[in-house]
Amino acid sequence: MSGRPAVVQDAAIALIAVTAVAAVAVLGDNYVVRLATTLFLYASLALSWNLIGGYAGYPSFATAAFFGLGAYANGVLQAAGLPFAVAWIGVAGIAAVCGALLGFCILHLRGHYFAIASLVVGDVLREIVNSWTSLTGGGMGMNLPLIAFSADMQARFFMGGFFGLALAAFLVARLIDRRPLGFTLRCIEQNDTAAAMLGADTRFAKSAAFTIACIFAGAAGAIYASWVSYIDPTDVFDVLYSVKPIIMALLGGIGTVTGPVIGAVVFLGLEELFWRNFLETHEGVLGLLVVLLVLFLPDGIHRLLTIGRHRTWRAAAS
Amino acid sequence: MLAQIFVNGLLLGALYSAIALGFSLVWGVLNIINILHGSLIVLGAYLAFFLNAWFGISPFAAAPVAAMVLFIPAFLLQLGVINRVLAKPVLITLTLTFGLNLMLNNAMLTVFRADYRKVVLDPPLGVLDIAGLAVPVDRLAAGAGAICLVALVWLLTRTTQIGRAIVAVRMDRDAAALMGIPVATVYALTFALAAAVAGAAGALLSAIFPISPVASAGYLGKAFVICVLGGLGSIPGVVAGGFGLGIIESYGALWLGPEHAGTVAFVLLLLLLLFRPNGLFGRKGFE
Repeated sequence: MSGRPAVVQDAAIALIAVTAVAAVAVLGDNYVVRLATTLFLYASLALSWNLIGGYAGYPSFATAAFFGLGAYANGVLQAAGLPFAVAWIGVAGIAAVCGALLGFCILHLRGHYFAIASLVVGDVLREIVNSWTSLTGGGMGMNLPLIAFSADMQARFFMGGFFGLALAAFLVARLIDRRPLGFTLRCIEQNDTAAAMLGADTRFAKSAAFTIACIFAGAAGAIYASWVSYIDPTDVFDVLYSVKPIIMALLGGIGTVTGPVIGAVVFLGLEELFWRNFLETHEGVLGLLVVLLVLFLPDGIHRLLTIGRHRTWRAAAS
Repeated sequence: MLAQIFVNGLLLGALYSAIALGFSLVWGVLNIINILHGSLIVLGAYLAFFLNAWFGISPFAAAPVAAMVLFIPAFLLQLGVINRVLAKPVLITLTLTFGLNLMLNNAMLTVFRADYRKVVLDPPLGVLDIAGLAVPVDRLAAGAGAICLVALVWLLTRTTQIGRAIVAVRMDRDAAALMGIPVATVYALTFALAAAVAGAAGALLSAIFPISPVASAGYLGKAFVICVLGGLGSIPGVVAGGFGLGIIESYGALWLGPEHAGTVAFVLLLLLLLFRPNGLFGRKGFE
């Protein structure tokens, strides 16, 4: 890290990113805009998962649950007559409360048990949405009001929305990374019990990381629902929304700030390649990618880039 | 009526025990969650389906064949791939088996297609009437087969040298290694045994339930619930969990409607994880 104050760095990163996105919005065609929108969605999910899954080492599979919760909360709030901007903020609040409550219930579990509990939450929510037909439309899905722009403008609007979310997630991750909270989370990843015995407030740290992750996943779901303007339970509670962020974080490097972003870029590139060339078997190819990644590059691309330059905290400890 | 539901639950429970047996074995001995498990069951069911369609072999006779067919590839998979990451954190092992499952499931979808198939038993086995209770013979036979399967594996772990080695590794891997047990091979044998049991269970299921690659996630979910219900690491626990879930689901379907039977299982799982993460009869110490 250079000596410049972190705030200046943050401002510089934000400025460069905003300029790049503005350039895409003006110059890019609709394909590029769509690609960029997906990239920012992926980056938001990967960055937020990384807080609990990467830093704290708690293998959360709850991303899909909160993505779907956010999408449906947005739908219900807008159906009640709220404008979309208010609905999105409301969703972030709902996701925060639900995340904190769920965290209180399951964060005392460890390892496989935590993974399963977080995984099951999504299934339970999907079943609830499926059977609560009067509120959610059940398996028929739910239509959301379109935002009144031209089609081109709308695409750029949602790219901007997801970009704002991804940037916020990035800055929050950077902030946590260099704060005591980040240190505590890394201690939890190393040894939960020891960290607690040495006086770290592990319970608070885990809950905070999990809740923040849930807020971002929920907000991403809300923006997604407005973007596609039609949601159904099998789409927004798809377990792949839980798994893809993990793959991206692993790909880039878990427990690092830039890793999930790198991972999102590379993953999106690979996904585009597979979708185009292996339409029928792209899930299998994705599986192969995961297997190769876990076997041969478990520390991610970030590790490759930083080898020899400086040893990361994680590397120094292991 | 309630007695009839109980009988249905027992028949279902026997099959559930067989579904969860391999999953529990792998979780208990290797300390990994095998996401592949559901797909292995479906693969076993397809083997039985094609043996029935092409050669007219009954699904009950196909069970040992399916077990044998799955044994060798699973052994090699564990030895060559999964053994390499066993010491890694949960996230890594879970992601690996998830990736393997994506590959296997996608392959099955491509080859077999997503439409449901059904083994048609010819002649149909009919329904027994025992003291006023209707007992479908195909379910009874599948349940009996499942019980035999579980008993066989239990005998294997009790009486054979390989079985004792598996139990030893489950109890204490390091001590087992010091006693001269080749731990890596035992892992591979355990995984292969679990896959064989999953295949045989799938073949038995094919006599009753429709077959589709889409069903694999459902079987995996059931295996989770049963393991948490019965507690990890013992075959009696699996049997208790299997019958428990079968009976609970049958009554749940009666009171809440059949479409909510699956939800009952998941809510039960969540409650158990919150309050009794070591299972109703499980001992402490497993993480």
